[in-house]
Amino acid sequence: MPVKTKVTRVATEDKAEGGLVFHPLDQFIVKPLFGDGPVHWYTPTNVTLWMGIALLAIIGVFVLGSRGRAVIPTRMQSIGELIYGFIYKMVEDVTGKDGVKYFPYIMTLFLFILFANYLALLPMSYSPTSMIAVTAVLGFGVFICVTILGFVKNGASFLGLFWMSDAPAVLRPIIAVIEVISYFVRPVSHSIRLAGNIMAGHAVLKVFAGFAALTLVSPVAIFGIVAIYGLEVLVAGIQAYVFTILTCVYLKDALHPAH
Amino acid sequence: MATETHDAAGACVDAGGSALGMPQLCGDWMSNQVFWLVVTLVAIFFIMSRIALPRIGAVLAERSGTITNDIAAAEELKNKASEAEAAYEKALVDARAEAAKIVAEAKAEIQAELDVELQKADAEIAAKTAESEAAIAEIRDGAVKSVTAVAKDTAKELVAAMGGSADAKTITAAVNARMKG
Repeated sequence: MPVKTKVTRVATEDKAEGGLVFHPLDQFIVKPLFGDGPVHWYTPTNVTLWMGIALLAIIGVFVLGSRGRAVIPTRMQSIGELIYGFIYKMVEDVTGKDGVKYFPYIMTLFLFILFANYLALLPMSYSPTSMIAVTAVLGFGVFICVTILGFVKNGASFLGLFWMSDAPAVLRPIIAVIEVISYFVRPVSHSIRLAGNIMAGHAVLKVFAGFAALTLVSPVAIFGIVAIYGLEVLVAGIQAYVFTILTCVYLKDALHPAH
Repeated sequence: MATETHDAAGACVDAGGSALGMPQLCGDWMSNQVFWLVVTLVAIFFIMSRIALPRIGAVLAERSGTITNDIAAAEELKNKASEAEAAYEKALVDARAEAAKIVAEAKAEIQAELDVELQKADAEIAAKTAESEAAIAEIRDGAVKSVTAVAKDTAKELVAAMGGSADAKTITAAVNARMKG
């Protein structure tokens, strides 16, 4: 019964603080959509719901928005075209002409993260990109695909990525060790960066919201919520951009391993 | 009851429905998130790569094609306009030259006609003058003859009146001599 004792302890703490209730992490709890049963891997949950909403929003912008195929675009179509052009140019600039055929994959990643991040900023919503399991699948997925692609495209010469041929001969093995370590840290940092940013922002919003219950500090707390919310709007876009451009950089390393 | 909730929600939620630790690290929920993530990503990928991206790419290509065509057409029209302007300028210059030529021709024609008329007038004037001079000379001759005849007659009459007689020859000679003097 260690769980039960802990629960009582938390409850008393809440009482002791006199109405101040902090549960900044409760917003990340996975709940089944229907009923109260256990969460199996196939159970439709709030994660499913908000991923589905993101999917519908993407369909709304990119499929319904562009259904007119107008040469002079409607507003929705021009949003889709701007995002398309932005990511297409990023892929082309970073990876070069031969990376363009991976554009749909990178576009998929960017759109999922972007829409999930922004939809998570709606009140009462759920943020799938704050879950480390989600971002780890994205990050390790990119890592594994890019590594396999590197070996398929370049064979053993892909290992040249770790061998600095222009460094002094004595330093080369040491640099190679560092390069290998940094290569394997990539997916970890790639996924934790996204989940950490989104989770921290949403938790901070909840903390400020908890302080808003105190009459004395509520103006400050509400101003803090507004300010943090503005920051989170920036972070949502920037993190989607960072994740995507890092994916492009890793893809470039796989396609052109020579330094 | 607490045990029931605990069983229902899994090992990551306490009896009050609050999170125990970070929900992110709850192993019970991870497979669910991963499964639905993969479903969502596959759905997004197929919708984007089959429908949306080719469509938007086609629209963008069509637009840039249209813009290129329009710019080319505009360039062509501009060239045509400048050609037309050049033609117009040329026509204007030609017309001016033509007008100047016509004016010069007309002037020359008028001058020539004028010269001819002047000459004719001069000739007429000269002819009239000569005629008049001839008439004047004739009149003067006639007058001289008349005066001579009158003088001879008068002289004959005078001589006869004074009782002399003189032949016609002498008197004529004497009158002629006086007339010359």
